[in-house]
Amino acid sequence: MAHGHKSDEKVVFVGDSRVKKNNHPNIPPDYTSFPGKSEAFIPNFLLKEWMVGCVVLVGFLVWTIAEPAPLGYPADPTNAAFIPMPDWYFLFLYQFLKYPYVSQDYIVLGTMGVPGVMFGGLLLAPFLDTGKERRFYRRPIASSLMILSLIATVYLTVISWDHYQHQLEITNTIPEHHIREEKAREAAAKGEEAPSTTKKPETAAVAIVEADDPAHKLMEQSKCLTCHAADMKGNPPQIPALRGIGDVLSKEEIVATVTNGNGNMPAFKDSLSAEQIDQIATWLSKQKAAAE
Amino acid sequence: MFKSVYNWIDERLDITPLWRDVADHEVPEHVNPAHHFSAFVYCFGGLTFFITVIQILSGMFLTMYYVPDILNAYASVDYLNHKVAFGGIVRGMHHFGASLVIVMMFLHTLRVFFTGSYKAPREMNWVVGMLIFFIMLGLGFTGYLLPWDNKAYFATKVGVQIAESVPYIGPYIGQFLYGGDIVGAQTLTRFFAIHVFFLPGALLAMLAAHFLMIRKQGISGPL
Repeated sequence: MAHGHKSDEKVVFVGDSRVKKNNHPNIPPDYTSFPGKSEAFIPNFLLKEWMVGCVVLVGFLVWTIAEPAPLGYPADPTNAAFIPMPDWYFLFLYQFLKYPYVSQDYIVLGTMGVPGVMFGGLLLAPFLDTGKERRFYRRPIASSLMILSLIATVYLTVISWDHYQHQLEITNTIPEHHIREEKAREAAAKGEEAPSTTKKPETAAVAIVEADDPAHKLMEQSKCLTCHAADMKGNPPQIPALRGIGDVLSKEEIVATVTNGNGNMPAFKDSLSAEQIDQIATWLSKQKAAAE
Repeated sequence: MFKSVYNWIDERLDITPLWRDVADHEVPEHVNPAHHFSAFVYCFGGLTFFITVIQILSGMFLTMYYVPDILNAYASVDYLNHKVAFGGIVRGMHHFGASLVIVMMFLHTLRVFFTGSYKAPREMNWVVGMLIFFIMLGLGFTGYLLPWDNKAYFATKVGVQIAESVPYIGPYIGQFLYGGDIVGAQTLTRFFAIHVFFLPGALLAMLAAHFLMIRKQGISGPL
């Protein structure tokens, strides 16, 4: 029986278990006979790595404190004005799918064809590039394909970002998380609580004053109410309600806002005459909660 | 004290070989930045793992507050980000760490590519590494929806619409991701489950395979 305590047994087990009794001293191996200045991973190299890791971690912490993670306003599926934007590492694909021959009728080529070949090639690189040579400058085909793909990816990402910035500019949009942060900062400067983003301000109680005024019709035609809603309740906090706007803004301020725009609000000086703007502003300035 | 406890366990279970296999390997001169500074390019893989560990830890803390339903998801993130002590830091680490993982993994992939380290006998490790890359992209995509703000909502909508344009199986992919016909309550719970359980499970399995292979084969030799 292998589990006895006879000293001439070649293999001795612990008790009746299958664990072999171990008499080897617990000495880490020596790497000095290895070529070059090899050193042990544990503890020599790992200790140095941990020191670098700590520096990286502190840097990372400072970054997260200096730059808070962005958060916009709650998802609103009816918000038609929002410019969708994926995370930056998907931008190259997002931009790629905007080009002709890889979109619309050729979308299959854009979603499956080209990315399939590129990522498939990358996945199977060891089986496509089977030569023994490892140095990149002796593998011109593999290296140049990779460098070309890199340039293309960077180019597409930059173009996509530029395009987004341009879109923000022409639609006069400030990204929501910036607006939100700015509002919170203003509130903090005044010593107030940050404005709530989850509850819409109660506007239902305020009635529309003189709803049969011709300015009401004009506002519908000039697309004011496309954003500010047909019932003039807007979509707070991004788009303010126009009911009760007379309590917030004076007639002159309304004229200025409609003429020149403000934040997300486009300027209407090209599409409306000064008289029309004045007509609208006069009516809007009458929109006060306590008018009756 | 610790030593005698260790010896007591080791005598019964013979655990020393288990960790010695992992711990005892040499770091050759050509990958050690202490000897050749340019060898810092060999650190990107380790840094990717380091950031991944940060992602797992910060993610675990985020789930203490996060509520995966459309009424409360945004409010819980808002609360965590602005009211909970150090909540902003935890979410910041998870948010920016996601980008950092992609950057590090990208650099690691480039290092392996340009040093030709994916060649025989390490082909399988490259393939597993690419699978890890795709899993990470999947984690980025599913995690983007979870704060449930407009940016998350519309990016996911566009992303799934792109997936839907795949011939034949596209509609099924869309149905699977949406859990219905629109980005809604089902989508959020699905993305949460995929982001927190399915993909991390797959990721850990792939990482284990990645590390076992590199330990078995050793790092590629000098050029």
